[in-house]
Amino acid sequence: MTKAIMNRRAFLAASSAGAIAVAVGGNLVIGANGAWAMSTKALTGDEAAMLVRMARATYPHDMLDDAIYGKVVYSLDEKASADATLLKNLQEGAATLKEKKFDTLDEAGQAAVLKEIESSTPFQAVRGECITGIYNNPDVWKVLGYEGASAELGGYINRGFSDIDWLQDA
Amino acid sequence: MAAKYELSDDSVVVVIGSGAGGGTLSNELAQKGVKVVLLEAGGRHEIEDFVNDEWASFGNISWLDKRTTSGTWRVAKDFAGLPAWIVKAVGGSTVHWAGASLRFQEHEFKVKSTYGDIAGANLLDWPITLAEMEPYYDRAEDKMGVTGTHGIPRLPGNNNFRVLAAGAKKLGYKEFHTGNMAINSQPRDGRGSCQQIGFCFQGCKSGAKWSTLYTEIPKGEATGKLEVRPASQALQIQHDDSGKVTGVLYADKDGKQQVQKARVVAVAGNSIESPRLLLNSATPKYPDGLANSSGQVGKNYMRHMTGSVYAIFDKPVHMYRGTTMAGIIRDESAFKPDRGFVGGYEMETLSLGLPFMAAFLDPGAWGRDFSKAMEGYASMAGMWLVGEDMPQEKNGVTLHASEKDQFGLPVPNVNFDDHANDVAMREHAYKQGSAVYDAVGATKTFKTPPYPSTHNLGTNRMAEKASDGVVNKHGQTHDIANLFISDGSQFTTGAAENPTLTIVALAIRQAEYITDQMAKNEI
Repeated sequence: MTKAIMNRRAFLAASSAGAIAVAVGGNLVIGANGAWAMSTKALTGDEAAMLVRMARATYPHDMLDDAIYGKVVYSLDEKASADATLLKNLQEGAATLKEKKFDTLDEAGQAAVLKEIESSTPFQAVRGECITGIYNNPDVWKVLGYEGASAELGGYINRGFSDIDWLQDA
Repeated sequence: MAAKYELSDDSVVVVIGSGAGGGTLSNELAQKGVKVVLLEAGGRHEIEDFVNDEWASFGNISWLDKRTTSGTWRVAKDFAGLPAWIVKAVGGSTVHWAGASLRFQEHEFKVKSTYGDIAGANLLDWPITLAEMEPYYDRAEDKMGVTGTHGIPRLPGNNNFRVLAAGAKKLGYKEFHTGNMAINSQPRDGRGSCQQIGFCFQGCKSGAKWSTLYTEIPKGEATGKLEVRPASQALQIQHDDSGKVTGVLYADKDGKQQVQKARVVAVAGNSIESPRLLLNSATPKYPDGLANSSGQVGKNYMRHMTGSVYAIFDKPVHMYRGTTMAGIIRDESAFKPDRGFVGGYEMETLSLGLPFMAAFLDPGAWGRDFSKAMEGYASMAGMWLVGEDMPQEKNGVTLHASEKDQFGLPVPNVNFDDHANDVAMREHAYKQGSAVYDAVGATKTFKTPPYPSTHNLGTNRMAEKASDGVVNKHGQTHDIANLFISDGSQFTTGAAENPTLTIVALAIRQAEYITDQMAKNEI
């Protein structure tokens, strides 16, 4: 099985929300900006590309490259390769979005579609994975300003635990 | 040198659970020369095993055994299998607690007399008073090295505290400071001072925060009287024909079932497991479970009125730097019924890392607004609101009718509905919390719903009369003289304050009583 190729630094350079994933046939998905690509085990490339769009529309961060959302779907695909129920749900979710021409809609249109399906199992499967897949990703921490582990750096006692400079009377 | 006892040794006190109650009780007894076997369901993870990583740590040390939920509380919907966020490890929840160590107020020991009858609330006065507790609070504070007591300086304020303090001042609040924390502000008791690491909830990497794991337990072991058995989950407390308890059936680290004989058994498994163990120990003699003649075992479950306010500013805060609970506003903790509710609440800074913020800020939320909030993370400040909730008989722990755990025993179900008083208090607290941040220029504030419960209380409550509760003023069960409850489940009511200091003070007091009763051959 081919491994996913994820460019962890790509998001730093990329800032365009238009850098949307496209399936290039079979089980390969490639970022439109060419900065990352992934192969899938269980989902088709088309399904995976649709779920990448869904992940982005669920937690839209313009400063994050599709590689971040791609990693969420990569992880879902991994799990789905050993979980037929999950796979069926993901396939169903992708099919619904395809039917609604999700990839042609603007942000408001996509949000409206997701609102319609928000209580569905497929949506919740993708949303749940996003919570850890996006926000527990150290690449995202850097972008959103979270510094992660500090003990090995000696904590913050000499590194700004009390460096706030904009408060009056504090 | 740690002790080693035979399973057949029926002269030992068996303590179940090694957290604030059980860990303290074990050491206090050992210091008095009493032989103690401490059974802990979780493993022994020392400081070097702790990780500054929220999800990884959660997976390593949390109590993740199967539990179910019911009732109208939002936790039952968002975190259906996780009613409580507590620890399964040696040290119990003192591994992940924040360190806030506040005494109860005088009236909080007699709320029925103070508040009167509240519809739907099963209120009761404690059988002890603040005056009786004061010497034990003193000893607990000294043991734990609580800042702002015994001449111990308070901790320096971090960014999150400084935002809170500036807002408190603008609002005219009078009592706000960096708290009474069981976190060393200077080296003490062989432990260093706080390095402002953050990650207090993931286990303190510097050991500055008091935890039974590296204070009470090794001190108890050093007496040669205490044997700790990690990965040993109590399954049933056994008794003889006379009704006295005689030992504890437990699953050892290899999953093998063993019976440790005992002269006395003290249960300190936190407010879900403690009543569950009593209920799972039912026999023909005690068909409703041990010590349950009152029918109150598992009832009156309290979790504190909680909620959080997070606020975004237009400049950086970096709230996660330094102590997680870095300061407190106490002005709302008094009983002021003109606010529209009884009891009071504390406002305490809190920070979550980005991974947990995503999970807890507004569970289930998605879309652009949520993403925008997360993009404001570096400019966020936060506080936790914690106040007295009403004990209600319908809130509590019962045995699940069909779901079983890995040992074949019924799992606990935790049922909870907010009382109208809890709701009114939370609304007030959200409003005041938001006002604190608005006063210093918040651009947006968030009312974050309660997390899975960290303060689990009341399910084996203390009562003067045997018909009203499970234990007497010493935590001794009314029904069985040599069976004790030593954790927060013995709380009659919850008070506004974080419970650990009171659990520790009660354990110190209970150790004196048990030793005395053993010396007199009463037990």
